Amino acid sequence: MTGKGDDDLMALKAALQAGPVPDAAARDAATRLAMENFDRLQASGQVARPKEDRPQRAGFLNGVLAMMKHLTARPALAATTSVAALIVGVAVLLPVAEGLRTQTLPPATPPTAAPEAPVLTDSSVARADAPAGEDAGRAVAEAPPKPAELAEETAPAPVPAPVPAPEPADEGGAIAGAAGLVEMEADDARARKEAPATSADTAAAEVAPDMYMVPAPAPAAAPTVAPDPMPQLEPDTEEYANAAANPVKVTAEEPVSTFSTDVDTASYALVRSTLNMGVLPEPEQVRIEEMVNYFPYSYPAPADGAAFATTVSVMDTPWNDGTKLVSIGLQGELPAVADRPPLNLVFLIDTSGSMEDPNKLGLLKQSLALLLPELRPEDEIAIVAYAGSAGTVLPPTRAGERDTILAALDNLAAGGSTAGAEGLELAYQTAKAMQADGEVSRILLATDGDFNVGVSDPEGLTAYVARKREQDGTYLSVLGFGRGNLDDATMQALAQNGNGQAAYIDTLSEARKVLVDQLTGALFAIAEDVKVQVEWNPAAVAEYRLIGYETRALRREDFNNDKVDAGEIGAGLQVTAIYEITPVGSDAILNDPLRYGTAAATGEAADELGFLRLRWKAPGEEASQLIETPITGREPATADARFAAAIAGFGQLLQGSVYLGDWTWDDAIALALESRGEDAFGYRIEAVNLMRLAQSLAK
Amino acid sequence: MLMDTPDETLALAAAGGDRAAFATLVGRHYDRIFGLAWRLTGSKGDAEDLAQDVCAALPVKLRHWRGEARFTTWLYRVVVNAAHDQRRRQATRTRAAAGWGDWETARQDEMAEAQAAQDWLAAAMARLSPELRDTVALVLGEEMTQAEAGQVLGLSEGTVAWRMSEVKKRLRAIAAEEAR
Repeated sequence: MTGKGDDDLMALKAALQAGPVPDAAARDAATRLAMENFDRLQASGQVARPKEDRPQRAGFLNGVLAMMKHLTARPALAATTSVAALIVGVAVLLPVAEGLRTQTLPPATPPTAAPEAPVLTDSSVARADAPAGEDAGRAVAEAPPKPAELAEETAPAPVPAPVPAPEPADEGGAIAGAAGLVEMEADDARARKEAPATSADTAAAEVAPDMYMVPAPAPAAAPTVAPDPMPQLEPDTEEYANAAANPVKVTAEEPVSTFSTDVDTASYALVRSTLNMGVLPEPEQVRIEEMVNYFPYSYPAPADGAAFATTVSVMDTPWNDGTKLVSIGLQGELPAVADRPPLNLVFLIDTSGSMEDPNKLGLLKQSLALLLPELRPEDEIAIVAYAGSAGTVLPPTRAGERDTILAALDNLAAGGSTAGAEGLELAYQTAKAMQADGEVSRILLATDGDFNVGVSDPEGLTAYVARKREQDGTYLSVLGFGRGNLDDATMQALAQNGNGQAAYIDTLSEARKVLVDQLTGALFAIAEDVKVQVEWNPAAVAEYRLIGYETRALRREDFNNDKVDAGEIGAGLQVTAIYEITPVGSDAILNDPLRYGTAAATGEAADELGFLRLRWKAPGEEASQLIETPITGREPATADARFAAAIAGFGQLLQGSVYLGDWTWDDAIALALESRGEDAFGYRIEAVNLMRLAQSLAK
Repeated sequence: MLMDTPDETLALAAAGGDRAAFATLVGRHYDRIFGLAWRLTGSKGDAEDLAQDVCAALPVKLRHWRGEARFTTWLYRVVVNAAHDQRRRQATRTRAAAGWGDWETARQDEMAEAQAAQDWLAAAMARLSPELRDTVALVLGEEMTQAEAGQVLGLSEGTVAWRMSEVKKRLRAIAAEEAR
């Protein structure tokens, strides 16, 4: 991988070093100009510079003259439009550079002289534009005389338009600009000769009589200096983890749907950050389950002793009259916070050069500082930084020594490229050394996602994370920062294999939500390898599709295989999954029935929509437990479920989903608003405002 | 005697008004200026303009030279800044593609093979952001160390290293596309 990159780099290097040989004439001109400016500077003794990088004003015409002299040596220039146009251009320029005239120049021809151009002769040019014209005139004369062609080609010349504008407006900076223009004009002319009937030519010929119209090939831009463009999302190297949206499945053919839970929220924060930049997110940035799971829902708490409560609700689909939405909510138990085991936390912090940004390293420091007061004095913290090389910034320190930890955080500085793998190994070593009986260890990887240096392959990295999780029991969560470089795909893969959460932190409020409000959930797992399987009843459900969870799909047989890894659920966290189902007999069924039919569904329990199975392991245990619940179809829909549906609709609108019919942003906003509920933290109203923003951007 | 004098000494003398010293400096470094200008702009015409701009401005610029850095480092910085100015001015003309993007196909047919390499170069350079192009021009084109390039660009060495890894990543993406 790196080897291939090096080859490319060597190729680029070779190509770059094989540049063109400097032109002797250009070299002389530049040197002469430099010397003239040098002499002038010595003579005047004044140092004031009108503008950066611009030569002194008085050099303007001298420069043009110098260029003209050299241009005569170039046969290609002879007898073309451009030379004539250039002469006019220079003449037109003069009023702009008014002050120069008195110093170095006899009065020049005003633009009205231009119509003479078609009958250019040596003398006429010389007369028309004394100093500059002489050389150019000679150039014209040296050309094989082809009067007809000459007349035709010079037709656009009288038009004052190709005023070589940019430089003269730039005080005194005309020397090089005019020279460049000569070049450009010459090229232009050559190009036109080769392609006689270019539209530019014809356009110019047509407008020739009207000397104030601008011909198309005008090479020079407006004299203004371009303002820097508005800040925008630059072309980037972000990589996203996603798969095509789940298709509609026919229940009779594939009645069982299996997936792993996902408590990540990164996608929602990413979508928010993209929208706030004034850009609609790309479909692959949108993972609907992460958007839905971003919001807290008030599902009933599990009964005593149970790790989960499941809440199923069934409602009409907002975007399709013929289907229903079945949402499945899992609520993890929230053990008494006081009983939690001591925590070992290793911050693994990316300090590569790309992190040098207040929205990356700066925000990261603030975020981790927010986390500290939430920890107990007996918890331990270590900090490992990785950049060009990995190093321990803070050896394991009790959370009570807050000043020491804050000082270590403050001292972090960006620099160097990313050696993610090395840092990860060091972090795992540190975590293992901190581990004691009954303690929970977790690595908190904070990065902008750049893992590209020193890593042999991402799959090796995720396998390593998975192995460490099994060997040492160390969890890994990923906090993403910043944009432009975000390797969302690797972040997802690492967090999934490390049984952790992947969150994207774009604001300090988001850091608070992830690290303070949901600290226990983010750092303490109550269940591991949580898998969900729903078997739909073909007698009641003709078709179904799972909205989101594309990256979390499991094979049907993996559900009962305890060796197969799946997502964890943190203390007190919720997971929501939404299915859109089409009841038998609905006119919204997309697939035609098979001509030869399939085995008839069993009549038993025909009033059930489906059957929900849930497998999970207590942390650290090998064997899974099973929870089973029938879905009757009569479960009432709560406001929470409707809000989740609105968010699922939001995500699908962003993805440009084909299943939404004519459902609009207005519908999504209305549904979210009416089901907003209490919303003490304002997360939901923020989502509504994002929908409004997306609606405006999509117009 | 002037031919052996170090750049720094010449620059100080030129800043003090020594004409011969200045002439030697310009003569010694024009090719270097042009070379970097070409690597930054990707067009011979633009590079000649840029080199001329730099030469014309050099007498005044030199007055600000305090000998803090090596003369060539300082000179590279002047060229890079001038290229940035040129890019800004061109921005109205060609909003999106600056320099390498509108690579003018060279007319020397006899260099057909070299031309293929140059087209690949132009395509590769056009895919890089201006910042990455600058970095590539210095590190690969001028064979500077990442620290030197950082000095010229006013960046930390780490940032240059990161940019180079970024370049590698994009080249890989281009290669992957070609293979497809």
